[in-house]
Amino acid sequence: MSLTFSLAHLMGGIILLCGYSLLSQRRLAAMIMLYQMQACVLALAAFWQGYAQGEINLYLTGIITVALKGLLLPAGLREIVLRFNLVRAVESAMPMAMSLILGVGLIGIAVLVVLPSTMSAVSLTREDLAIALSVVLLGLLVMVTRRSALAQIIGFLSTENGLVLAAIGMPGMPFVAEFSVALLVLLAFLVVGIFLLRIREHFDTLDVTGIEAIERRGR
Amino acid sequence: MLGFALSLIATLLHAAFIFAAAPLLMGLVGKIRAWALGRRGAPVWQPYLLLYKLLRKSTLVPETATELFAVWPVAAFLAISLAALLVPSFCTGMLTADLSDFITLIGLFALARAATVLGGLETGFGFGGAGAGREILFSIFAEAALLVVLLGFVLLAHGATVDGIAVAFATQHIGISVSLGFALAALLAVALTETGRIPTDNPSGHLELAMVHEAMVLEYSGRFLLLFEYAAMLRLLLWMDLIGTIFLPFFMARADDVLSWPLGLLCWVVKLGLMVVILSLFEISTAKMRVFRVPEFLGASMLLGFLAGVFLFVAARIGL
Repeated sequence: MSLTFSLAHLMGGIILLCGYSLLSQRRLAAMIMLYQMQACVLALAAFWQGYAQGEINLYLTGIITVALKGLLLPAGLREIVLRFNLVRAVESAMPMAMSLILGVGLIGIAVLVVLPSTMSAVSLTREDLAIALSVVLLGLLVMVTRRSALAQIIGFLSTENGLVLAAIGMPGMPFVAEFSVALLVLLAFLVVGIFLLRIREHFDTLDVTGIEAIERRGR
Repeated sequence: MLGFALSLIATLLHAAFIFAAAPLLMGLVGKIRAWALGRRGAPVWQPYLLLYKLLRKSTLVPETATELFAVWPVAAFLAISLAALLVPSFCTGMLTADLSDFITLIGLFALARAATVLGGLETGFGFGGAGAGREILFSIFAEAALLVVLLGFVLLAHGATVDGIAVAFATQHIGISVSLGFALAALLAVALTETGRIPTDNPSGHLELAMVHEAMVLEYSGRFLLLFEYAAMLRLLLWMDLIGTIFLPFFMARADDVLSWPLGLLCWVVKLGLMVVILSLFEISTAKMRVFRVPEFLGASMLLGFLAGVFLFVAARIGL
Protein backbone atom coordinates (compact mmCIF):
# COMPACT_ATOMS: atom_id res chain seq x y z
CA MET A 1 0.00 0.00 0.00
CA SER A 2 1.35 3.38 -0.91
CA LEU A 3 2.10 6.17 1.49
CA THR A 4 -0.57 8.33 -0.13
CA PHE A 5 -3.25 5.86 0.74
CA SER A 6 -1.93 5.13 4.22
CA LEU A 7 -1.65 8.73 5.30
CA ALA A 8 -5.01 9.74 3.84
CA HIS A 9 -6.49 6.79 5.60
CA LEU A 10 -4.86 7.62 8.91
CA MET A 11 -6.11 11.18 8.83
CA GLY A 12 -9.59 9.96 7.97
CA GLY A 13 -9.36 7.64 10.95
CA ILE A 14 -8.33 10.46 13.27
CA ILE A 15 -11.20 12.62 12.02
CA LEU A 16 -13.63 9.77 12.65
CA LEU A 17 -12.10 9.23 16.09
CA CYS A 18 -12.62 12.92 16.91
CA GLY A 19 -16.22 12.70 15.74
CA TYR A 20 -16.76 9.66 17.89
CA SER A 21 -15.21 11.19 20.98
CA LEU A 22 -17.37 14.25 20.39
CA LEU A 23 -20.27 11.96 21.14
CA SER A 24 -18.86 10.92 24.49
CA GLN A 25 -18.04 14.39 25.82
CA ARG A 26 -20.09 16.09 28.47
CA ARG A 27 -18.36 19.45 28.64
CA LEU A 28 -18.64 22.23 26.10
CA ALA A 29 -14.95 23.12 26.31
CA ALA A 30 -13.95 19.57 25.47
CA MET A 31 -16.42 19.45 22.59
CA ILE A 32 -15.08 22.68 21.10
CA MET A 33 -11.53 21.42 21.55
CA LEU A 34 -12.36 18.16 19.77
CA TYR A 35 -14.07 20.03 16.96
CA GLN A 36 -11.00 22.20 16.54
CA MET A 37 -8.76 19.13 16.41
CA GLN A 38 -11.03 17.55 13.84
CA ALA A 39 -10.93 20.64 11.67
CA CYS A 40 -7.14 20.88 11.88
CA VAL A 41 -6.68 17.24 10.89
CA LEU A 42 -9.15 17.83 8.08
CA ALA A 43 -7.02 20.72 6.85
CA LEU A 44 -3.95 18.48 6.97
CA ALA A 45 -5.82 15.84 5.00
CA ALA A 46 -6.77 18.46 2.42
CA PHE A 47 -3.15 19.56 2.07
CA TRP A 48 -2.04 15.96 1.72
CA GLN A 49 -4.68 15.20 -0.92
CA GLY A 50 -3.72 18.38 -2.72
CA TYR A 51 -0.12 17.23 -2.78
CA ALA A 52 -1.07 13.71 -3.85
CA GLN A 53 -3.52 14.73 -6.56
CA GLY A 54 -1.50 17.76 -7.63
CA GLU A 55 -4.53 20.03 -7.25
CA ILE A 56 -3.94 23.61 -6.21
CA ASN A 57 -7.61 23.96 -5.24
CA LEU A 58 -7.25 21.49 -2.43
CA TYR A 59 -4.55 23.65 -0.85
CA LEU A 60 -7.04 26.48 -0.89
CA THR A 61 -9.61 24.23 0.75
CA GLY A 62 -7.06 23.38 3.41
CA ILE A 63 -6.27 27.04 4.07
CA ILE A 64 -9.97 27.92 4.29
CA THR A 65 -10.56 24.97 6.61
CA VAL A 66 -7.76 25.84 8.99
CA ALA A 67 -8.56 29.55 9.05
CA LEU A 68 -12.31 29.25 9.28
CA LYS A 69 -12.97 26.02 11.13
CA GLY A 70 -9.67 25.54 12.89
CA LEU A 71 -9.40 29.05 14.32
CA LEU A 72 -12.35 31.33 13.70
CA LEU A 73 -15.34 29.14 14.56
CA PRO A 74 -13.85 27.60 17.74
CA ALA A 75 -12.91 31.09 18.89
CA GLY A 76 -16.47 32.19 18.20
CA LEU A 77 -17.88 29.21 20.07
CA ARG A 78 -15.64 29.91 23.07
CA GLU A 79 -16.71 33.54 22.94
CA ILE A 80 -20.36 32.48 23.06
CA VAL A 81 -19.69 30.18 26.03
CA LEU A 82 -17.88 32.98 27.80
CA ARG A 83 -20.29 35.79 27.02
CA PHE A 84 -23.47 33.86 27.66
CA ASN A 85 -21.93 32.45 30.82
CA LEU A 86 -23.28 29.04 29.87
CA VAL A 87 -23.41 26.02 32.11
CA ARG A 88 -20.31 24.22 30.96
CA ALA A 89 -21.73 20.73 31.24
CA VAL A 90 -24.09 19.61 28.50
CA GLU A 91 -27.14 17.58 29.33
CA SER A 92 -27.72 14.69 27.03
CA ALA A 93 -31.11 13.40 26.00
CA MET A 94 -30.17 9.76 26.46
CA PRO A 95 -27.62 7.86 28.52
CA MET A 96 -24.09 8.33 27.23
CA ALA A 97 -23.46 4.61 26.81
CA MET A 98 -26.60 4.33 24.71
CA SER A 99 -25.49 7.09 22.36
CA LEU A 100 -22.02 5.53 22.06
CA ILE A 101 -23.52 2.20 21.07
CA LEU A 102 -25.79 3.97 18.59
CA GLY A 103 -22.68 5.67 17.22
CA VAL A 104 -21.00 2.34 16.57
CA GLY A 105 -24.18 1.15 14.89
CA LEU A 106 -24.20 4.22 12.64
CA ILE A 107 -20.58 3.70 11.63
CA GLY A 108 -21.37 0.08 10.86
CA ILE A 109 -24.30 1.16 8.69
CA ALA A 110 -22.15 3.72 6.88
CA VAL A 111 -19.50 1.11 6.11
CA LEU A 112 -22.06 -1.46 5.03
CA VAL A 113 -23.83 1.01 2.76
CA VAL A 114 -20.84 2.68 1.14
CA LEU A 115 -18.46 -0.20 0.53
CA PRO A 116 -20.75 -2.46 -1.52
CA SER A 117 -22.37 0.37 -3.47
CA THR A 118 -19.03 1.71 -4.69
CA MET A 119 -17.48 -1.55 -5.82
CA SER A 120 -16.27 -0.04 -9.08
CA ALA A 121 -14.44 2.91 -7.55
CA VAL A 122 -10.79 2.90 -6.52
CA SER A 123 -10.25 1.74 -2.97
CA LEU A 124 -8.73 5.09 -2.01
CA THR A 125 -12.06 6.84 -2.27
CA ARG A 126 -14.18 3.94 -1.05
CA GLU A 127 -12.98 3.71 2.53
CA ASP A 128 -12.64 7.47 2.70
CA LEU A 129 -16.26 7.77 1.67
CA ALA A 130 -17.30 5.30 4.34
CA ILE A 131 -15.41 7.31 6.95
CA ALA A 132 -16.87 10.59 5.69
CA LEU A 133 -20.41 9.24 5.82
CA SER A 134 -19.74 7.97 9.35
CA VAL A 135 -18.55 11.42 10.43
CA VAL A 136 -21.70 12.97 8.94
CA LEU A 137 -23.95 10.49 10.73
CA LEU A 138 -22.09 10.91 14.03
CA GLY A 139 -22.49 14.69 13.77
CA LEU A 140 -26.22 14.21 13.26
CA LEU A 141 -26.32 11.90 16.27
CA VAL A 142 -24.60 14.57 18.38
CA MET A 143 -27.30 17.02 17.29
CA VAL A 144 -29.99 14.56 18.28
CA THR A 145 -28.60 13.55 21.66
CA ARG A 146 -27.72 16.97 23.10
CA ARG A 147 -30.11 19.33 24.79
CA SER A 148 -27.93 22.42 24.63
CA ALA A 149 -28.25 24.44 21.45
CA LEU A 150 -24.54 25.15 21.37
CA ALA A 151 -23.68 21.45 21.49
CA GLN A 152 -26.11 20.95 18.63
CA ILE A 153 -24.24 23.57 16.61
CA ILE A 154 -21.00 21.74 17.24
CA GLY A 155 -22.65 18.58 15.95
CA PHE A 156 -23.80 20.46 12.86
CA LEU A 157 -20.31 21.82 12.22
CA SER A 158 -18.83 18.35 12.64
CA THR A 159 -21.32 17.05 10.08
CA GLU A 160 -20.00 19.61 7.65
CA ASN A 161 -16.45 18.40 8.34
CA GLY A 162 -17.56 14.98 7.15
CA LEU A 163 -18.88 16.48 3.93
CA VAL A 164 -15.61 18.26 3.26
CA LEU A 165 -13.74 15.03 3.96
CA ALA A 166 -15.82 13.29 1.32
CA ALA A 167 -15.18 16.13 -1.11
CA ILE A 168 -11.40 16.22 -0.78
CA GLY A 169 -11.08 12.47 -1.19
CA MET A 170 -12.88 12.63 -4.53
CA PRO A 171 -10.69 13.61 -7.47
CA GLY A 172 -12.28 16.22 -9.67
CA MET A 173 -14.59 17.85 -7.14
CA PRO A 174 -15.03 21.43 -8.29
CA PHE A 175 -13.58 23.98 -5.94
CA VAL A 176 -16.61 26.22 -6.24
CA ALA A 177 -18.75 23.61 -4.53
CA GLU A 178 -16.39 23.29 -1.57
CA PHE A 179 -16.00 27.03 -1.30
CA SER A 180 -19.72 27.60 -1.24
CA VAL A 181 -20.15 24.91 1.40
CA ALA A 182 -17.55 26.64 3.56
CA LEU A 183 -19.26 30.00 3.11
CA LEU A 184 -22.60 28.42 3.83
CA VAL A 185 -21.32 27.10 7.12
CA LEU A 186 -20.00 30.49 8.11
CA LEU A 187 -23.35 32.07 7.28
CA ALA A 188 -25.21 29.32 9.12
CA PHE A 189 -22.97 29.89 12.11
CA LEU A 190 -23.77 33.61 12.12
CA VAL A 191 -27.49 32.98 11.75
CA VAL A 192 -27.44 30.41 14.52
CA GLY A 193 -25.43 32.76 16.70
CA ILE A 194 -28.16 35.40 16.40
CA PHE A 195 -30.74 32.70 16.93
CA LEU A 196 -28.99 31.65 20.14
CA LEU A 197 -29.06 35.24 21.30
CA ARG A 198 -32.83 35.31 20.78
CA ILE A 199 -33.35 31.97 22.54
CA ARG A 200 -31.38 33.26 25.44
CA GLU A 201 -33.24 36.55 25.61
CA HIS A 202 -36.52 34.69 25.83
CA PHE A 203 -35.72 31.71 28.00
CA ASP A 204 -32.53 32.67 29.88
CA THR A 205 -31.03 29.36 28.83
CA LEU A 206 -29.83 27.52 25.76
CA ASP A 207 -31.57 24.34 26.74
CA VAL A 208 -34.02 23.67 23.94
CA THR A 209 -36.43 21.68 26.09
CA GLY A 210 -38.12 24.98 26.94
CA ILE A 211 -38.97 25.50 23.29
CA GLU A 212 -40.38 22.02 23.04
CA ALA A 213 -42.68 22.70 26.01
CA ILE A 214 -44.01 25.86 24.35
CA GLU A 215 -44.54 23.98 21.14
CA ARG A 216 -46.64 21.38 22.96
CA ARG A 217 -48.71 24.06 24.66
CA GLY A 218 -49.34 25.76 21.34
CA ARG A 219 -50.85 22.68 19.79
CA MET B 1 22.12 -25.20 18.50
CA LEU B 2 23.67 -21.80 18.07
CA GLY B 3 20.24 -20.39 17.41
CA PHE B 4 18.94 -21.86 20.65
CA ALA B 5 21.89 -20.51 22.63
CA LEU B 6 21.42 -17.07 21.12
CA SER B 7 17.72 -16.94 21.86
CA LEU B 8 18.47 -18.15 25.40
CA ILE B 9 20.93 -15.29 25.84
CA ALA B 10 18.41 -12.86 24.35
CA THR B 11 15.74 -14.06 26.74
CA LEU B 12 18.06 -13.70 29.73
CA LEU B 13 19.09 -10.22 28.57
CA HIS B 14 15.44 -9.30 28.15
CA ALA B 15 14.68 -10.52 31.68
CA ALA B 16 17.66 -8.65 33.13
CA PHE B 17 16.74 -5.43 31.34
CA ILE B 18 13.08 -5.38 32.30
CA PHE B 19 13.68 -6.20 35.95
CA ALA B 20 16.45 -3.62 36.19
CA ALA B 21 14.75 -0.88 34.17
CA ALA B 22 11.23 -1.00 35.61
CA PRO B 23 11.91 1.25 38.63
CA LEU B 24 13.98 3.60 36.47
CA LEU B 25 11.01 4.03 34.14
CA MET B 26 8.77 4.98 37.05
CA GLY B 27 11.40 7.44 38.26
CA LEU B 28 11.66 8.98 34.80
CA VAL B 29 7.90 9.48 34.58
CA GLY B 30 7.93 11.20 37.95
CA LYS B 31 10.89 13.37 37.00
CA ILE B 32 9.48 14.55 33.69
CA ARG B 33 6.13 15.20 35.33
CA ALA B 34 7.85 17.34 37.95
CA TRP B 35 9.84 19.22 35.30
CA ALA B 36 6.76 19.93 33.25
CA LEU B 37 5.11 21.32 36.36
CA GLY B 38 8.12 23.54 37.02
CA ARG B 39 9.40 21.58 39.99
CA ARG B 40 12.74 19.94 40.52
CA GLY B 41 11.32 16.50 41.33
CA ALA B 42 12.81 13.48 43.04
CA PRO B 43 15.91 11.92 41.47
CA VAL B 44 15.20 9.32 38.80
CA TRP B 45 16.58 6.53 41.01
CA GLN B 46 14.07 7.32 43.75
CA PRO B 47 12.01 4.14 43.09
CA TYR B 48 15.14 2.02 43.71
CA LEU B 49 15.56 3.79 47.05
CA LEU B 50 11.89 3.19 47.80
CA LEU B 51 12.26 -0.52 47.12
CA TYR B 52 15.41 -0.65 49.26
CA LYS B 53 13.66 1.15 52.08
CA LEU B 54 10.74 -1.27 51.95
CA LEU B 55 13.18 -4.19 51.98
CA ARG B 56 14.64 -3.04 55.29
CA LYS B 57 11.39 -2.12 57.00
CA SER B 58 9.64 -4.60 59.23
CA THR B 59 6.63 -6.35 57.77
CA LEU B 60 3.45 -6.09 59.77
CA VAL B 61 0.47 -8.38 59.45
CA PRO B 62 -2.88 -7.05 60.69
CA GLU B 63 -4.59 -9.07 63.39
CA THR B 64 -7.76 -9.51 61.36
CA ALA B 65 -5.93 -10.97 58.36
CA THR B 66 -5.91 -14.67 57.54
CA GLU B 67 -2.89 -16.81 56.71
CA LEU B 68 -3.40 -16.04 53.02
CA PHE B 69 -2.41 -12.40 53.64
CA ALA B 70 1.16 -13.21 52.58
CA VAL B 71 0.13 -15.15 49.49
CA TRP B 72 -1.47 -12.33 47.50
CA PRO B 73 1.55 -10.05 47.05
CA VAL B 74 3.62 -12.99 45.89
CA ALA B 75 0.92 -14.17 43.51
CA ALA B 76 0.44 -10.69 42.03
CA PHE B 77 4.16 -10.19 41.60
CA LEU B 78 4.70 -13.60 40.01
CA ALA B 79 1.84 -13.18 37.54
CA ILE B 80 3.07 -9.76 36.46
CA SER B 81 6.69 -10.81 36.15
CA LEU B 82 5.68 -13.84 34.09
CA ALA B 83 3.66 -11.58 31.79
CA ALA B 84 6.62 -9.19 31.56
CA LEU B 85 8.87 -12.08 30.53
CA LEU B 86 6.47 -13.08 27.77
CA VAL B 87 6.15 -9.70 26.05
CA PRO B 88 9.11 -9.06 23.74
CA SER B 89 11.14 -5.95 24.48
CA PHE B 90 14.03 -5.38 22.10
CA CYS B 91 13.95 -8.53 19.98
CA THR B 92 11.52 -11.05 18.61
CA GLY B 93 12.01 -14.80 18.53
CA MET B 94 12.95 -15.28 22.16
CA LEU B 95 12.47 -18.59 23.91
CA THR B 96 9.15 -17.33 25.27
CA ALA B 97 7.88 -16.43 21.78
CA ASP B 98 5.50 -19.36 21.42
CA LEU B 99 4.13 -18.89 24.92
CA SER B 100 3.37 -15.19 24.52
CA ASP B 101 -0.23 -15.77 23.59
CA PHE B 102 -2.33 -12.64 23.99
CA ILE B 103 -5.01 -14.60 25.83
CA THR B 104 -2.40 -15.94 28.25
CA LEU B 105 -1.40 -12.34 28.89
CA ILE B 106 -4.98 -11.32 29.57
CA GLY B 107 -5.23 -14.26 31.96
CA LEU B 108 -2.05 -13.26 33.77
CA PHE B 109 -3.31 -9.69 34.12
CA ALA B 110 -6.54 -11.05 35.53
CA LEU B 111 -4.63 -13.28 37.94
CA ALA B 112 -2.54 -10.40 39.23
CA ARG B 113 -5.64 -8.26 39.56
CA ALA B 114 -7.52 -10.99 41.42
CA ALA B 115 -4.59 -11.40 43.84
CA THR B 116 -4.45 -7.64 44.48
CA VAL B 117 -8.21 -7.46 44.97
CA LEU B 118 -8.20 -10.37 47.42
CA GLY B 119 -5.29 -8.75 49.23
CA GLY B 120 -7.36 -5.60 49.53
CA LEU B 121 -10.30 -7.54 50.93
CA GLU B 122 -8.13 -9.58 53.26
CA THR B 123 -8.24 -7.38 56.33
CA GLY B 124 -11.87 -6.43 55.91
CA PHE B 125 -11.42 -2.70 56.35
CA GLY B 126 -13.43 -0.19 54.37
CA PHE B 127 -10.99 1.39 51.96
CA GLY B 128 -9.57 -1.93 50.82
CA GLY B 129 -13.05 -3.12 50.02
CA ALA B 130 -13.92 0.09 48.18
CA GLY B 131 -10.72 -0.09 46.13
CA ALA B 132 -11.31 -3.75 45.36
CA GLY B 133 -14.87 -3.07 44.22
CA ARG B 134 -13.71 -0.32 41.89
CA GLU B 135 -10.89 -2.40 40.50
CA ILE B 136 -13.33 -5.20 39.67
CA LEU B 137 -15.75 -2.72 38.09
CA PHE B 138 -12.98 -1.38 35.84
CA SER B 139 -11.58 -4.78 35.03
CA ILE B 140 -14.84 -6.09 33.57
CA PHE B 141 -14.72 -3.44 30.87
CA ALA B 142 -10.95 -3.46 30.48
CA GLU B 143 -10.81 -7.19 29.84
CA ALA B 144 -13.72 -7.07 27.42
CA ALA B 145 -11.99 -4.26 25.54
CA LEU B 146 -8.74 -6.25 25.41
CA LEU B 147 -10.50 -9.29 24.01
CA VAL B 148 -12.26 -7.25 21.34
CA VAL B 149 -9.01 -5.55 20.35
CA LEU B 150 -7.36 -8.94 20.18
CA LEU B 151 -9.94 -9.97 17.59
CA GLY B 152 -8.65 -7.25 15.27
CA PHE B 153 -5.03 -8.29 15.76
CA VAL B 154 -5.76 -11.94 15.08
CA LEU B 155 -7.62 -11.04 11.90
CA LEU B 156 -4.66 -8.98 10.69
CA ALA B 157 -1.73 -11.10 11.84
CA HIS B 158 -3.27 -14.59 11.62
CA GLY B 159 -1.93 -15.51 15.03
CA ALA B 160 -2.52 -14.62 18.64
CA THR B 161 1.02 -14.54 20.05
CA VAL B 162 2.42 -11.10 20.74
CA ASP B 163 5.65 -12.17 19.09
CA GLY B 164 3.83 -13.33 15.98
CA ILE B 165 1.79 -10.11 15.82
CA ALA B 166 4.98 -8.03 16.08
CA VAL B 167 6.69 -10.03 13.32
CA ALA B 168 3.62 -9.86 11.08
CA PHE B 169 3.18 -6.11 11.56
CA ALA B 170 6.86 -5.45 10.98
CA THR B 171 7.32 -7.56 7.87
CA GLN B 172 4.01 -7.72 6.02
CA HIS B 173 2.75 -4.60 4.36
CA ILE B 174 -0.32 -4.00 6.40
CA GLY B 175 -0.02 -0.26 6.12
CA ILE B 176 -1.72 2.19 8.39
CA SER B 177 -5.28 1.06 8.53
CA VAL B 178 -8.13 2.74 10.34
CA SER B 179 -8.66 -0.43 12.34
CA LEU B 180 -5.18 -0.23 13.82
CA GLY B 181 -5.78 3.38 14.82
CA PHE B 182 -8.95 2.40 16.64
CA ALA B 183 -7.19 -0.57 18.24
CA LEU B 184 -4.40 1.73 19.43
CA ALA B 185 -6.86 4.16 20.99
CA ALA B 186 -8.67 1.30 22.73
CA LEU B 187 -5.45 -0.28 23.95
CA LEU B 188 -4.16 3.04 25.29
CA ALA B 189 -7.32 3.51 27.35
CA VAL B 190 -7.00 0.00 28.76
CA ALA B 191 -3.29 0.50 29.44
CA LEU B 192 -3.93 3.71 31.39
CA THR B 193 -6.51 1.91 33.50
CA GLU B 194 -4.43 -1.21 34.03
CA THR B 195 -1.36 0.69 35.12
CA GLY B 196 -3.42 3.00 37.31
CA ARG B 197 -2.34 6.23 35.63
CA ILE B 198 -4.11 9.52 35.82
CA PRO B 199 -7.45 9.63 34.05
CA THR B 200 -8.70 6.63 36.00
CA ASP B 201 -6.51 6.45 39.09
CA ASN B 202 -3.88 8.69 40.59
CA PRO B 203 -0.67 6.84 41.45
CA SER B 204 0.64 9.63 43.66
CA GLY B 205 -2.65 10.55 45.28
CA HIS B 206 -3.41 9.62 48.83
CA LEU B 207 -6.95 10.86 49.09
CA GLU B 208 -8.72 7.77 50.37
CA LEU B 209 -11.99 8.39 48.59
CA ALA B 210 -10.36 8.50 45.17
CA MET B 211 -7.82 5.72 45.49
CA VAL B 212 -8.12 2.45 43.64
CA HIS B 213 -4.83 0.60 43.56
CA GLU B 214 -3.38 2.41 46.55
CA ALA B 215 -6.46 1.62 48.61
CA MET B 216 -6.05 -2.10 48.13
CA VAL B 217 -2.43 -2.21 49.26
CA LEU B 218 -2.99 0.20 52.14
CA GLU B 219 -2.65 -2.50 54.81
CA TYR B 220 0.54 -3.95 53.39
CA SER B 221 3.97 -2.95 54.63
CA GLY B 222 7.59 -3.93 54.33
CA ARG B 223 8.42 -6.69 51.88
CA PHE B 224 4.81 -7.37 50.94
CA LEU B 225 4.42 -3.76 49.90
CA LEU B 226 7.72 -4.03 48.03
CA LEU B 227 6.27 -6.84 45.93
CA PHE B 228 3.17 -4.80 45.12
CA GLU B 229 5.19 -1.69 44.29
CA TYR B 230 7.62 -3.61 42.13
CA ALA B 231 4.71 -5.31 40.38
CA ALA B 232 3.22 -1.88 39.63
CA MET B 233 6.52 -0.70 38.12
CA LEU B 234 6.84 -3.88 36.07
CA ARG B 235 3.27 -3.44 34.89
CA LEU B 236 4.02 0.02 33.53
CA LEU B 237 7.06 -1.28 31.63
CA LEU B 238 5.10 -4.29 30.46
CA TRP B 239 2.34 -2.20 28.94
CA MET B 240 4.81 0.14 27.27
CA ASP B 241 6.57 -2.91 25.83
CA LEU B 242 3.28 -4.34 24.65
CA ILE B 243 2.19 -1.18 22.87
CA GLY B 244 5.69 -0.56 21.51
CA THR B 245 5.98 -4.11 20.21
CA ILE B 246 2.62 -4.20 18.50
CA PHE B 247 2.31 -0.70 17.12
CA LEU B 248 5.96 0.31 16.68
CA PRO B 249 7.68 -2.94 15.69
CA PHE B 250 10.31 -1.04 13.70
CA PHE B 251 13.95 -2.10 13.93
CA MET B 252 13.24 -4.87 16.39
CA ALA B 253 16.14 -7.30 16.53
CA ARG B 254 15.93 -10.99 15.73
CA ALA B 255 17.04 -13.23 18.58
CA ASP B 256 19.14 -15.44 16.29
CA ASP B 257 21.00 -12.51 14.76
CA VAL B 258 23.44 -11.00 17.25
CA LEU B 259 24.43 -8.16 14.98
CA SER B 260 20.91 -6.72 15.00
CA TRP B 261 20.77 -6.57 18.80
CA PRO B 262 22.48 -3.20 19.37
CA LEU B 263 20.11 -1.44 16.98
CA GLY B 264 17.16 -3.26 18.54
CA LEU B 265 18.23 -2.22 22.03
CA LEU B 266 18.77 1.36 20.97
CA CYS B 267 15.35 1.54 19.37
CA TRP B 268 13.78 -0.05 22.44
CA VAL B 269 15.29 2.64 24.64
CA VAL B 270 14.14 5.37 22.23
CA LYS B 271 10.60 3.93 22.12
CA LEU B 272 10.39 3.71 25.90
CA GLY B 273 11.76 7.23 26.27
CA LEU B 274 9.20 8.55 23.82
CA MET B 275 6.35 6.81 25.60
CA VAL B 276 7.55 8.04 29.00
CA VAL B 277 7.56 11.64 27.75
CA ILE B 278 4.11 11.28 26.18
CA LEU B 279 2.69 9.63 29.30
CA SER B 280 4.11 12.31 31.61
CA LEU B 281 2.84 15.16 29.47
CA PHE B 282 -0.57 13.51 29.13
CA GLU B 283 -0.79 13.03 32.87
CA ILE B 284 -0.18 16.65 33.72
CA SER B 285 -2.60 17.88 31.06
CA THR B 286 -5.66 15.92 32.16
CA ALA B 287 -7.58 15.60 35.38
CA LYS B 288 -8.62 12.44 37.10
CA MET B 289 -11.98 11.11 36.07
CA ARG B 290 -14.84 10.50 38.44
CA VAL B 291 -14.88 6.85 39.41
CA PHE B 292 -18.25 6.21 37.83
CA ARG B 293 -17.14 7.76 34.56
CA VAL B 294 -14.41 5.18 34.14
CA PRO B 295 -16.68 2.33 32.99
CA GLU B 296 -17.98 4.71 30.32
CA PHE B 297 -14.43 5.54 29.27
CA LEU B 298 -13.55 1.86 29.05
CA GLY B 299 -16.86 1.04 27.41
CA ALA B 300 -16.02 3.57 24.70
CA SER B 301 -12.66 1.92 24.23
CA MET B 302 -14.39 -1.43 23.94
CA LEU B 303 -16.64 -0.01 21.25
CA LEU B 304 -13.57 1.35 19.46
CA GLY B 305 -12.06 -2.12 19.47
CA PHE B 306 -15.37 -3.35 18.14
CA LEU B 307 -15.23 -0.76 15.35
CA ALA B 308 -11.74 -1.92 14.43
CA GLY B 309 -13.19 -5.40 14.05
CA VAL B 310 -16.11 -4.07 11.97
CA PHE B 311 -13.80 -2.33 9.52
CA LEU B 312 -11.62 -5.43 9.21
CA PHE B 313 -14.52 -7.81 8.70
CA VAL B 314 -16.12 -5.65 6.05
CA ALA B 315 -12.82 -5.10 4.30
CA ALA B 316 -12.14 -8.83 4.33
CA ARG B 317 -15.61 -9.69 3.02
CA ILE B 318 -15.52 -7.24 0.18
CA GLY B 319 -11.94 -8.09 -0.59
CA LEU B 320 -10.29 -4.75 -0.16
